[in-house]
Amino acid sequence: MHPAKSVIYFTTASGAGYGLLVWLSVMGAMGIIPADRTFGMVGFGLAFFLVISGLLSSTAHLGRPERAWRALSQWRSSWLSREGVAAIVTFGPTGLYALGWVMLGQNTGLVGLLGILSALLCLITVYFTSMIYASLKTIPAWNHRLTSVGYLVLSLMSGALLMLVLQISFQMGHTGLMIKLVVGLSALAALLKLTYWRSIQKSPATSTAESATGLGRFGKVRMIESPHGEDNYLLKEMGYKIARKHALKLRQIALVSGFIIPMALVASLGSIAGSYALPVSTLALLSAAIGLAVERWLFFAEAKHVVTLYYGESAV
Amino acid sequence: MTSLPQNPSKVKLGLVIDLDICVGCHACAVNCKEWNTSGKMAPLTDIEPYGAKPDGVWFNRVHTYEAVDEVAGTSRTVHFPRSCLHCDDAPCVTVCPTGASYKREEDGIVLINTDICIGCKLCSWACPYGAREYDEDEGVMKKCTLCIDKIYNENLPEESRVPACVSTCPSGARSFGDLGNPDSDVSKLVAAREGYALMPEQGTKPVNRYLPPRPKKLGNEVAPRMLEHQDDGSDGAGLLARWVDKVLSA
Repeated sequence: MHPAKSVIYFTTASGAGYGLLVWLSVMGAMGIIPADRTFGMVGFGLAFFLVISGLLSSTAHLGRPERAWRALSQWRSSWLSREGVAAIVTFGPTGLYALGWVMLGQNTGLVGLLGILSALLCLITVYFTSMIYASLKTIPAWNHRLTSVGYLVLSLMSGALLMLVLQISFQMGHTGLMIKLVVGLSALAALLKLTYWRSIQKSPATSTAESATGLGRFGKVRMIESPHGEDNYLLKEMGYKIARKHALKLRQIALVSGFIIPMALVASLGSIAGSYALPVSTLALLSAAIGLAVERWLFFAEAKHVVTLYYGESAV
Repeated sequence: MTSLPQNPSKVKLGLVIDLDICVGCHACAVNCKEWNTSGKMAPLTDIEPYGAKPDGVWFNRVHTYEAVDEVAGTSRTVHFPRSCLHCDDAPCVTVCPTGASYKREEDGIVLINTDICIGCKLCSWACPYGAREYDEDEGVMKKCTLCIDKIYNENLPEESRVPACVSTCPSGARSFGDLGNPDSDVSKLVAAREGYALMPEQGTKPVNRYLPPRPKKLGNEVAPRMLEHQDDGSDGAGLLARWVDKVLSA
């Protein structure tokens, strides 16, 4: 599949934004992080920036962005529509919780209930985003039980890392729990992606050139003449192949940069001097950002679409 | 509404494509383009039509495949027109976030309302058959309408009220009709020739059917003798000719 930059930015940035909102809400509502106004302003500001810029970026790949509002109407059947609705609904409680924290200096009690609600809605929105891809039977690598889990874990992991960097920058304390969460989530994410990559490598084909043409009764099917001499929309959008050539290397980059380096750096925070904590955790964040961008790029670029069976692919 | 019809009628309009007859001339694709570029889904935009890399929207594409049975040492070359199958369980309809993509209750035709399409392309991702193409110029998706502006057009003589691809096919490889009615001509044709659906495992329940190429007629398995320039044999010649050949060769 063609990896549109706008969609890669959307899923990674809004994923991290929602992850950060989850941790802000949970840590705030549980009374672990006090309702420090500056911290709240920067934390929620950053989270909303990531979420909103991601959502806006997702409209950049539309042919008619000015009609984007229409995408909210078909939530009964369409995951894309549900995702749009969930994103907007989430702004309600999350916005109120942020206001309670920043304006009233409160993040527990009744305000805390809003926090729990907003954390739930954030997770639902990320889940709906993942279902846009996971529901497509035509792309077996996405129509996979680990797709949604992957989106959720990566969102929580990148959000936790952002939260940790913020806690360290504002010297909020209580970093011990967040360090454990980042290390645990990075390890889980690495394990998930390894399992996922192994699984899509091994999965039996769902469709073949034989089933696509119904000509299997005569033998092995191959295309001998394309309908057109130049690439058409289908080949440009669905026939993306560069990633598969470098898939193994890119997976290693995603794994090391996205999960292993951040995990090691964050794990080392406990045993290094306090003044190094900010640069080290920032480095972990940068490394994770690069790794996650590569991971998401691969998620799109590596996935094969069954329509390529009509254009020379033998099994998908 | 992008949910599938709640009370679909029994009518399921669709195409039956006979792969035994298709000669791969692309007339269906060309006439489709010609009719539809001024039809309901018009225009079928071309990008750089005379440039180095021409591209454009087509509803019909004709592939050619070879099916090889290496054990038996046989092969078949098959021309294969590919277009929208107007699926009963059309995933392109249910994924649409705007309601632009819909399946008609009365005859099952799958259409796009290009006035509200946002061009998110998700329908083309959901379709296993590559039936939907993106119009870069208009920023919306386009697809086969089964020539809805032709098949119901009372200004046309009745025999012309079939999709453009059907009326133009010079070999009669394409038929149009109601595949929901078991007594229709197309349904009978499908039953007689064991017509099949493409990629049934994708669960889309296509309406269109393809008729498989007929088995090869068994005959002389050996390729015909090549006429050679040098006349060095007399196999199969008559008695007199063989006698003359013998006498003169001596």
